[in-house]
Amino acid sequence: MSTAQTETGSPKRRLGDLVFANLTLAAGVLILIALAGVAIFLTVEGAPALGAGSSDLSGHSNFLTYVAPLVFGTLLAALIALLIALPLSLGVALAVSHFAPRRVAVLIGYVVDLLAAVPSVVYGLWGILVLGPRLIPVYAWLSAHASWIPFFGGTPSNTGRTILTASIVLAIMIIPIITAITREIFSQTPRLNEEAALALGATRWEMVRLAVLPYGRSGIVSAAMLGLGRALGETMAVALVLSASGVVTFHLISSTNPSTIAANIALTFADASGVQRNALIASGLVLFLITFVVNFSARAIVARYEPGSK
Amino acid sequence: MAKSIDVSDLNIYYGDFLAVENVNMTITARSVTALIGPSGCGKSTFLRTLNRMHEVIPGARVQGKVLVDGQSLYDPQVDPVEVRRMVGMVFQRPNPFPTMSIYENVLAGLRLNNKRLSKSDADTVVERSLQGANLWTEVKDRLNKPGMGLSGGQQQRLCIARAIAVEPQVLLMDEPCSALDPISTSAVEDLIHELKEQYTIVIVTHNMQQAARVSEDTAFFNLSAAGKPGRLVEMNPTKKIFSVPDEEATEAYISGRFG
Ligand SMILES: Nc1ncnc2c1ncn2[C@@H]1O[C@H](COP(=O)(O)OP(=O)(O)OP(=O)(O)O)[C@@H](O)[C@H]1O
Ligand SMILES: [Mg+2]
Repeated sequence: MSTAQTETGSPKRRLGDLVFANLTLAAGVLILIALAGVAIFLTVEGAPALGAGSSDLSGHSNFLTYVAPLVFGTLLAALIALLIALPLSLGVALAVSHFAPRRVAVLIGYVVDLLAAVPSVVYGLWGILVLGPRLIPVYAWLSAHASWIPFFGGTPSNTGRTILTASIVLAIMIIPIITAITREIFSQTPRLNEEAALALGATRWEMVRLAVLPYGRSGIVSAAMLGLGRALGETMAVALVLSASGVVTFHLISSTNPSTIAANIALTFADASGVQRNALIASGLVLFLITFVVNFSARAIVARYEPGSK
Repeated sequence: MAKSIDVSDLNIYYGDFLAVENVNMTITARSVTALIGPSGCGKSTFLRTLNRMHEVIPGARVQGKVLVDGQSLYDPQVDPVEVRRMVGMVFQRPNPFPTMSIYENVLAGLRLNNKRLSKSDADTVVERSLQGANLWTEVKDRLNKPGMGLSGGQQQRLCIARAIAVEPQVLLMDEPCSALDPISTSAVEDLIHELKEQYTIVIVTHNMQQAARVSEDTAFFNLSAAGKPGRLVEMNPTKKIFSVPDEEATEAYISGRFG
């Protein structure tokens, strides 16, 4: 080490290294400070909500019963969105990286990237004005014929603004990020592994199963978690689409729907005052913690899949 | 089981680039045929046309005929996937599936062919293939460990075990020992000696002694000039190639007076 340094590093170059190292360190510390600042703000401002009474918590007796339905709605909407988005994204990513002819692949990739550039308020409007109304007959049909499945129970919505509609909109919003990450990973699959599969007589799909998916496993998990994180925090689209009544239910197409934390904040913050605001901020802290846990467990999962080597 | 291979008037292209020109060759069943020649003359390219791996490269194509026991490989009705199940391949760099255990690596090809494999049948195949690849004694106590955890030489023998587990009729090897130490090399060479009882083997090698040691026949490829396509200069029994080759170019290459 020391000999290499005297050989290659002129004092000037070392100064450059020093500056750069400190710059990156400063950037890292800055992010941590910002994050800590946010957490402290949320905690301090949210704390009074713990002592709040039912007049400030829209009828709930304490903060926990106030925030629990919101947490439920947030998780439900995000999980359904992920469930819809993940298979679609993987399909598109594989099509782009391994199946479609080059020119088609480039086009698909471009279109998907474009989806990411659409502002979320536009998705929200599309959800209300286009998707929701189209889904009303579908929901009516499901309610008539499939209401024995618990998810399709309850009175069907006649506006289409259900948690399922919101989840579909969310799914479309997180498809670009999941696709972009997995596509990148899939296309980096070592040629050597792909050829190993092909030479054994694997079909294209079997090659994907033997070589591409195992190689991309940790990437798929992190992409899914990033998508989930985005779905959890998405505000505008859900606030617009969802006609929420704050219930806790697994009925996905009914006229009464749970709300989400982010949408609830967006819709009620402007009119809130005093402890009501504190309660909303505290619910924001809960959302912050949820996304934190999601990201943290994503890392844990990735680390377990990739023991040491990579 | 083993099959002979007849190649006639084979031209091999990468897009518009003619990489190998006009190869005519007969490869005997149950014997080892070595392909030698300078770097870039198209040995790997030619080898990969024998199991239709050439065409997985975008734009790559061939003209001409390859017959395996009379059956044309490039017939429109022939499915390349079937060809590759019949003609196994071992690559220059060991390439076990990184996320699979040793056990699953050996079975990978078989699992493609028939999904339902009883545990005892699977055990038998794994033991037989690993024994065939001279690897059994080294790994029998850690079959469920990842294949990537083996040494390079062991990984290469694992790849050979994986290739022979499906009992192909022809085995293609592209410089299988180039990343191995002399001891692993000699283990692989011993293995080739045993395998040729059952399989038709085609091996690319840069090691003249290796060609002389393991093969019955040797084919010498060369470039007529830089930028020109590679071609088959001479194919003869190995003994003859290494003593009295027909072509002067062969003699020059073998004796190291090349270039
Ligand atoms: N994927 C490819 N695309 C385009 N040209 C290629 C490709 N692979 C090989 N070639 C070209 O084909 C010719 C033959 O290459 P090949 O790899 O078959 O040589 P080789 O005899 O195996 O050489 P080596 O002994 O170095 O492995 C070379 O001119 C090479 O540049
Ligand atoms: Mg080669």
